[in-house]
Amino acid sequence: MTGDLVWILVSAMLVNNFTLTLFLGLCPFFGVTSQVTTALRLGLANIFVLLLTAISAWFLNRYILPAAPFLRIISFIIVIASTVQVVEMAIKKASPVLFRALGIYLPLITTNCAILGLAIFQTNRGYGFLQGISFAIGAGLGLTLALTLMASIRVRVDRSNVPALARGMAIVLIIASSLSLAFMGFAGLGSSS
Amino acid sequence: MTTPRLVIAASPHLRAQDSTPRIMWSVVVSLAPVVAAAAWYFGISALLVIAASVAGCVAGERAFGRPGTLRDGSAAITGLLLGLCLPAGLPLWMAALGGVVGIALGKVVFGGLGQNVFNPALIGRAFLQAAFPVPITTWPAVGGSFWMLRGDTFALPFMRAQAPDVVTAATPLGLWKFSGQETGVVDLLLGNTGGSLGETAALAILLGGAWLAWRGYLNWRVPVAVLATVALAAAILHTVNARFPTPLFMLLSGGLLLGAVYMATDMVTSPVTNSGRWIFGVGIGLLVVVIRVWGGLPEGVMYAILLMNAFVPFINQATQPRVFGTRKRVVGGAG
Repeated sequence: MTGDLVWILVSAMLVNNFTLTLFLGLCPFFGVTSQVTTALRLGLANIFVLLLTAISAWFLNRYILPAAPFLRIISFIIVIASTVQVVEMAIKKASPVLFRALGIYLPLITTNCAILGLAIFQTNRGYGFLQGISFAIGAGLGLTLALTLMASIRVRVDRSNVPALARGMAIVLIIASSLSLAFMGFAGLGSSS
Repeated sequence: MTTPRLVIAASPHLRAQDSTPRIMWSVVVSLAPVVAAAAWYFGISALLVIAASVAGCVAGERAFGRPGTLRDGSAAITGLLLGLCLPAGLPLWMAALGGVVGIALGKVVFGGLGQNVFNPALIGRAFLQAAFPVPITTWPAVGGSFWMLRGDTFALPFMRAQAPDVVTAATPLGLWKFSGQETGVVDLLLGNTGGSLGETAALAILLGGAWLAWRGYLNWRVPVAVLATVALAAAILHTVNARFPTPLFMLLSGGLLLGAVYMATDMVTSPVTNSGRWIFGVGIGLLVVVIRVWGGLPEGVMYAILLMNAFVPFINQATQPRVFGTRKRVVGGAG
């Protein structure tokens, strides 16, 4: 059981990295990676929202959706977004420090495709509660890894003499594709042992 | 006009003989034994594949690079290294395309030599692996006459592959992974096994690397860290469960030596601090073991080096030495 949970986590983090292998959550990956600290905070906020997503999706799947399966996607979006908003307000009241660290990013990512992707993957694979939590942490750590790696490389490339035609988003896309090529090395990890 | 007795000039006054072209061409020379070994085992096919990938890299640098950058020899090295990690029977246009992609998307687009994040030869190799997974893992057997072509060498793009009349052989790592056999150490050391062109001659690679390290053109810390990590991890795994391969087999098989000595030590894409180099090497070693033992692919050196290349800006930032006279480590802004 524990091994299973660890495996779900590693798999979501490296083998099926949301950003670099499944190409989900690309907007923050390209939009908010010009500085390492920002990228790191966005990643932490992502872990937090993904955890909330896993819990709400599990709850919906268990108690609501069996009665109305055709409402799946729309109820995921509404429930997840509103849960995040409510939790954000609670954090603002309870811990202003945490709110300042995560706060501005939370509304940005609630409607991200990575979030909906996590809820749908979790449903399709029939994960239970603990498995869902482990999956969310793994996916969040994977996103954080991709965001911070991208940011640290971008900071370095900003100082180099990139030719005019590749400056700006073009070089970022090329870095992203190189990172994605490198992550192909994890393909099939765990399948052969 | 007499020579002035007192020369007044701005520093530096002592000039070293080393220059970028000199270092690069030394690396090319040090690879000669490896190329010779490849030609010995795979004949004319090896030389053709290497020539095609060098030509691809040089053409890429010529077409996209800044004027005059061809002379520093770095494009030739990229081509040579790319050629050495390809199988002997690869169609030549694929080898050349890998070279163009490696130089154009791996190096020139970042601003040329010294500014690229990923090793260009490995970008070309990873691109070929993703684009043509079957030809790039078709390993001809060693031996045969020198002039024998080992595969669809002269195939054109989009041509349907003709069933090549060639004896193929599994690589030692493939044999271990998919049928649990270990290849003998003597065969590995001499290179008498299937595999990429430069995977086969462990002794030749070690000789070339030792010569470069003695000249000071490659930093010995990276290969030592990589090889020691792999040996240690393999020793632990082998002691726990004899199903895992022996450390010696792990060290000598596959592209580990070529990668550790020639690709991980690339001056541009490895960390600039000595402590950073140790971290970088240990990271590569661990990733190699993880991918080889638990991964879906038999070999992971290329991906391990590319992944650690991505961490280099991070490592450089984290291992910045203390600025002289300051008390605490200076933490730079972002990055």
